[in-house]
Parts: sequence; C-alpha cells; structure tokens
Amino acid sequence: MESRLIHGLKKLLGAYSVLYKPEDLLLYEYDGSVLVARPDCVVFPRTTAHVIGIVELANRFQTPLVGRGAGTGLSGGALARQGGIITVFSRMNRILAIDIENQRATVQPGVVNSDLSAAVAHEGLHFAPDPSSQKASTIGGNVAENAGGPHTLAYGVTTNHIVAMEVVLPTGELVQFGGAALDQIGYDLTGLFVGSEGTLGLMTEITVKLTRLPEAVKTLLAIFDSLDDATETVAEITARGITPAACELLDGWTLRIVEDYVHAGFPLDSGAVLLIDVDGLREAAESQAEQVADVCQVHHAREVRVARDSAERDLLWKGRKNAFGAIGRISPTYYVQDGVIPRTKLPATLRRIDEIGKRNGFRIGNIFHAGDGNLHPILLFDERDREQFRRAIATSDEIIELCIEMGGSITGEHGIGMEKDRLMPLLFTDAELDLMRRVRDAFNPAGILNPGKIIPVRKGCGEIRQRPLSEAGAQPL
Amino acid sequence: MSTVREVAVAQFVGIVGASNVVDDPAEVAAYAIDGKTPAAVVRPGSSEEVVAAVKLAASEKLAIIPTGARTKLAMGLPPAQYDLALDMSRLDKVLAYDPGDLTLGVEPGMPLSKLAAILAEHGQFLPLAAPYAERSTVGGTIASGVDGPLRQLYGTARDFVLGIEFVTGEGIPAKGGGRVVKNVAGYDLHKLMIGAMGTLGVITRINFRTFPLPASSLAFVVSFETAERALDLRRRVAQSPLRPMALEILSPGAAELFSSDAAKRIANGTIPANLFPASHWAFTADFAGDERVLERCERELRERAGESGTASFAVLDDAQRIGVFDRKREFIPMALDSSPGTVIMKVSLLPSQMQYFCAQAAKIANANALPWAAMARGLGIIYVALLPERRDEDWRNRIVLAAEQISAATVNLGGNASIPWCPSEWNSSLKNRTLRREDFAQMKKLKGVFDPQGILAPGRLLGGL
Repeated sequence: MESRLIHGLKKLLGAYSVLYKPEDLLLYEYDGSVLVARPDCVVFPRTTAHVIGIVELANRFQTPLVGRGAGTGLSGGALARQGGIITVFSRMNRILAIDIENQRATVQPGVVNSDLSAAVAHEGLHFAPDPSSQKASTIGGNVAENAGGPHTLAYGVTTNHIVAMEVVLPTGELVQFGGAALDQIGYDLTGLFVGSEGTLGLMTEITVKLTRLPEAVKTLLAIFDSLDDATETVAEITARGITPAACELLDGWTLRIVEDYVHAGFPLDSGAVLLIDVDGLREAAESQAEQVADVCQVHHAREVRVARDSAERDLLWKGRKNAFGAIGRISPTYYVQDGVIPRTKLPATLRRIDEIGKRNGFRIGNIFHAGDGNLHPILLFDERDREQFRRAIATSDEIIELCIEMGGSITGEHGIGMEKDRLMPLLFTDAELDLMRRVRDAFNPAGILNPGKIIPVRKGCGEIRQRPLSEAGAQPL
Repeated sequence: MSTVREVAVAQFVGIVGASNVVDDPAEVAAYAIDGKTPAAVVRPGSSEEVVAAVKLAASEKLAIIPTGARTKLAMGLPPAQYDLALDMSRLDKVLAYDPGDLTLGVEPGMPLSKLAAILAEHGQFLPLAAPYAERSTVGGTIASGVDGPLRQLYGTARDFVLGIEFVTGEGIPAKGGGRVVKNVAGYDLHKLMIGAMGTLGVITRINFRTFPLPASSLAFVVSFETAERALDLRRRVAQSPLRPMALEILSPGAAELFSSDAAKRIANGTIPANLFPASHWAFTADFAGDERVLERCERELRERAGESGTASFAVLDDAQRIGVFDRKREFIPMALDSSPGTVIMKVSLLPSQMQYFCAQAAKIANANALPWAAMARGLGIIYVALLPERRDEDWRNRIVLAAEQISAATVNLGGNASIPWCPSEWNSSLKNRTLRREDFAQMKKLKGVFDPQGILAPGRLLGGL
C-alpha cells in the first residue's frame, strides 16, 4: 500500500521510519493482551514536530491514529482497532531534564520506566510507579494507562506522580498542561489526561515527580497452608492501619509454577504466600515488620521469613515480577483479569472465584496486589480451541461481575482499551458514558485518535459498530 | 426571561418543599458573594432533588452556586450571574464507611469536624487539614480545592479522593472514579471537580481513601534570623530520610499573626510568648511515628538545624503542637480576620525557588510599606497575606502595586500566582487581573461539555469559567 498517506509519512519521517508491508506490521498486531488488530502502517517519530506532522496527515486522510510505547499493555490500548497509523514512541526516549533538588524529571514518552529510576538512583531517588512490565514499558504508556504496580500501595499510582505534560491534540495543536510547580490554576487537565488511554491527545513530554528512596526496606515472605488464612491476613493488616509499601499474594498453584522457574524459595507444599515490603526510616521499617509478622502469626502463618539482604529480597521479588513469564512456560495462552474489590471482601471473593472456575471447568490461579484489593485471576486456555476461548472470556466476565457486586471496579490498572469497553455499561449509566464521549469529542472531535477504545460504541449512531470481543475483535494469540 | 421570584420559587417549592426554599431578603443576604445576592436559596435533601433543581434552573437559565457552610464565599472571582444558592447542607450523611477497607463515601454537606469524629472512633482520619475546620463541609473543601499542612506527607484531595458523583449543568447525574482504592475505568472526571469552584458540576457524593491516625506525633519550631536559613533547613530535610507530616516556614509577620488575638479566637492550643523570637523566620515541622522514630527525627532535625545556623530550637508539648498546627491550618481565616482589607495571594513555585522568592516578597512589601505575613509549605506553595491598616484608596493603591510586583516575581521564576481573597470593592483592581493560562481554551471546552448553558457558578473560576 504505497498510498498518498504512506508517501506523506515517508516524506515527513524518512523511509526507514515508516513500516507498511504486511510482514513488517505483524508485530504491531499484538500487545500484552489476548487481542489482535492490524494497523495499516507503523511510524516512528523522533521529534514533537514529527508527531504534529503525523497528526496533520492522519487528519488529512481521515485515518485512525494510535499511540504506542512498548506494547506491553494488557487491554489492547495500543492496538489499531479500526486500522490506521500506529505511532510508536520508542525513538522519543530521551530524558530531557532532571532536577534533583526539586525531585522532578522531564522525559519524552518513550523513556523506559526503569531507565528513569536507574538514571536518578545515585541521587537516592526513583520514579515510584513500578508496573511489573517496568523493564520494558515506557513512561508514556504508563501515563496513558495510569499504570499501577506492587508498590503503588504506599506510593500511589502513576497519576499521583505526574505534574505536567506537553500534548499534541488530535487537531494538531500543541498544548502544555500543568507545570513543574504544584497546584496549577484552573481545571486539572493533567489529571484528566493521565489514564485517558491515548484517546485525547499524544504526549510528547511528561514531567514527573521523583521520590526519595527509603532509608530501609524489609521484605517478608509469609507462608500459609491455606489461601483463606492469607487473605484474612491481608484484610487484617489493612484494618489495623498498617500500610506496607507492597503486599502481594501468590496462591499455591501459582507459586509452584513460579518456583519451578525462578527458584525464589517459595515452599512447594504451601497454600499461599504473601510477599510484603515495609519501608521508611530504619526504626519505622523494623516496627512495621514486627506488626506485620504479628498479624501473619495470628492468622496461622506456617512461617514468616525476613529477607536477610538485598540479594535475597531481589530473588523474592524476581519470583513475583517474573510470574507471568513462568506461567507462559506451561501454557502459551492465558487470560489475566484485573478486577478490584474492597479489601474486607478478599476472603469471600477468592472463594467465589474458585467456585466460578470449578463450575466452568477452569483452574484459576491468583497472583495479585492483595494490599490494594486488585485481583489478577489467571485463566489458562488452549489457543486452538475457539470454544474454550469463548468460555474463558465468559468465565472472566463472571469474575468481573462478582467484583462489581462486591462494590469494586472492572479494572484496577490495566485499562479498558478494547478489552472491556463492552463491560463499561456495568459500571456507568448511558448518560455517564455519553458525558465521557462528549469529553472525548471536545478534544478529539473527528474521532481519529484511538477510536473504539474505553467508551462502547452506540448502536446506529453513525459510528462503526464493533464486533463483540469473542468474535473477530479479539482472536486468541 | 423570567425572574426567579415570579416563576421559579413555586416550582422549586414543588421539588424541595416550602420550608427548603428561602427568599426572605434577610436570610438570603447571608449567601451574598462579592455584593451579589441571589433571589432565593434552595436546600435540596437528596441527590434526586439536586437533579430536579438543576434541571429546572437550566430550563429557566438561572445561575446557581452550590454552597456548604459558606466559609469560602469570599474566595475566587465574583460570579457573572447569581440567581440561586443551592445550599447543600442537608445532604450531610455518611453513605458508606468500610473502616476495614479504609474507604468512605460521604455527602457534600457533611461538616469536616463531624466526619472527623466519626472516623476517629475507628482510629482513622482524612488528611485534608483544611481551613475553617470547625465549620466547613467536605463538599466545599473539595470544590474550593483548599490545601492544608498535611499535604507534605499525604498529598492533596487529588491523591486520596477515589471518586465523585455530581450533577452536570444540564441536570444529568454522573460520576468519575469509583469507590475502591485502585480503579482506572473511564476518564478521571472526579479530578476535574476538585478545585473547580462548582463550575463543572454540583457534587453529591465524594468517595475517599481514609488513613489510620498516627499513634503519636512530635512537632518542632526552629527559628532563624533569615528566610534563607530557614529554607536551607527545608532543603536539608528534603534530602534526608526524614518524612515530615507537615512542614511550613513562617515569615516574621506570620509568626506574629500566630501569637495574635485573632489567632486565639480562631485556633485552639497555646503559643507561649517566647516561642517565636521577634523578627525571626520560623521553620515548623510535625512528625508521626512511634517513640523510636520520633527520637530519631528530633536528633536528625537538631543536627541539620545546627548546620543551617538556627537561633533557637523548640520541641513542642501537646498544647503547643496543637496551637502551631491549628494556626498553620487556619492561616487564611486568621489573616482575613487580622486586617480590615486583607489580600491573600497563593503562589506556586519549585521548592528551591522559595529562598529567592521570599527575599523578593519581603523587599516588595517593605518598599510599599505594607504589613505582610507569609507561610511557605515545604512543597512550594506560599500564601502571602498583605495586611493593610485601612481599607482606603491609599492602601489599595500600594497593595495593587505590591500584588503586581509579587505576581511578576513569581512568573519570572516560572511559577504562578493568584489572588483568591481580597475585599470585594478591590476585585476589579486585583482578582480580575488573574492571568489566563495558555491552556484556558482547553478548560473552556470542558466547561462547554459539563455546563453548556453556563449556569453553574458562572465566572467564579479563572478567566470566567
């Protein structure tokens, strides 16, 4: 397809920055989700001017335009659901400014999350949001999805760490939101744009807060014979007002798979483990560790181990952060859900999820941000079996309905994207969805930016009707 | 065009009942904003009544301003039109509180002090530490976006409001966010409501993350001969492992204000006579933790205070700690109370710029012979109160000049300054000069989506939003 659009893009960016041959596009049909959608072309801008030029071309040719970082997202946010241009920010990956004294950094959107933390570590600082994808995912992607991570329990999610951004609006206009100083005057446009999943604008610069690394960190591994005891422990840690920096749960099934791969030291015969970080001043970390251990004992922990040094701590966390890689070893296709529930409902909800799995013939594994009540049930299925895929999605939907019944949310950190737009009416009224649609249209009037995401398409309103997830919109990998 | 009196009063009575529509001029006068008095006050008793009332106002093109305890009517810009006050004080219930989950859903008319008592029964609190703590409501605090000393550790409402339900200018009930501590479903519309002064929606429910009350805390006042030294200690603390709950630097004028009679009327606790040495700048900080943590905080702070060249170092007892904290929280009402024509500027800067700014502000105040008081939060927010002795033209002229110079100094440093409070008759000289931001056009678009007819608190926010 050497169309006028491709020609225009090549002229703007150079031939080596535009992909459009089917074999080149293959990689960009996927992200971290189970969804597939093929773009018409993929471009790699290097400057803000390039991004403006791409937006102008997309407008001229009325072509959908989708921003993409590392493509690690789990809800299809970076897929071209309606085709068009994918703009990959991997070449806009410079850290533009670091202000140590004021704890700020300004970065291009393609900077990899952990690269920023690495760049300021010698000053005792870091970028606090730590999604499990942090060694690959970009800050632009983190901001678009309002990414979470294990340590957001104490430090907050991405939105709590973003103070300003430079954005190319879908009209081609370049605007600045927020500022390096706090409390900018007027509406919190930065707050609106974080988590807007690339539907309102394309970021070209982001100013973030840098957080001081704690003086002391203690990592505890609490080992339980039953999942119930582990979830009761989390509920009580929360209720007692202890705020660990992170509190992760791995159930027995999951930890055995992980242990087999990572050898983190999770006992193979246990029912569940909790991986808990406490941090702060040395004195505070010590007393918090004692309090956490005490709650674990009350709830029949078989053993509470405290990591002796950073090597042991890193190994335990490696087990957590590489869990999905470990699961990938035993099943090429799995579906990770991302529901949220009140922490007081953890024990009951986990029991219900187990029942739902059994009733539908799936073994559901659980590895999740327990301290936040952010569940990640994992369903394994066979990619070649269309019927099984359909049932996996239906089972997963049942879990989401359970989360809503418990007073929770359909996504804690993975986003809506093209995975859950059809579930949005479970949480929002038609009028609320219409208000969101009008907010989107105020910035994205022609609808060229990331169409078909977040807000379900209305029937018979001139927009393209989308197929349900279990049909062509979402093929298994 | 109908007047409120002719048409609407009867219809509003139909919605909220006769006893909840007030048009007696004497009572309505208490809702006046910058000299503009509404024709009536409507007091809805449920979110459904709010929806009906806003729909009616929209159909009659009546401008409405939601109010709570009316402590901050003097804040913000004068309304462009003001037909009805929507008094939200009857919506004052806790709708959901799950102490074990540390989450709370509350109606906007709930007084902060009453809510604090409910949460304290479970050893929890909301770290808003907002001014007018005895009277103000949750809704007014969130809608006005006022901050408090505890933001140093806990952040602002932006960081711990989980979701907000509101009614748009078309009378559509809507929400942003959710009720659980982590949620990324849909746009974060609730963030837009915080600090919007009611211009985008009438808030009907706010969901919060609550926090455990600290077991014990300890506070310090460290005095310095210069602003530079006091702010140097701020820098040293920021670079240390210490994590204070609150950190404010007070100008000599602010320290004087803390010991004044105005302060005694407004704030609790005690301030001993010698706590703030005359003409000194005071570094004040609060820390939370157990005994070992607090001992360590004191040791580390003392050491750093010495390095910064302190003149005196005071560890506060409980009454003094409350005295200083309450005054930091109530700085705005204290300043408004202490002069017949107080003008308060809010300045945002990067923390490192505060040393230069404070020196400039002192110079500007002195050059214009203006009494003044400044309170600088550790994170770069500075409240500058200009305190004229009289509310006359001579003082006004000097204040206008000083405010312009302070704004210019702020803009030169890349920060921003606004004037949330000044005497009504000085509005045209001061507030209306608030600079428009570059992204004003984008804010205008949002106003058009949420309130297409411009009936919600029109003109109360920057540039007439």
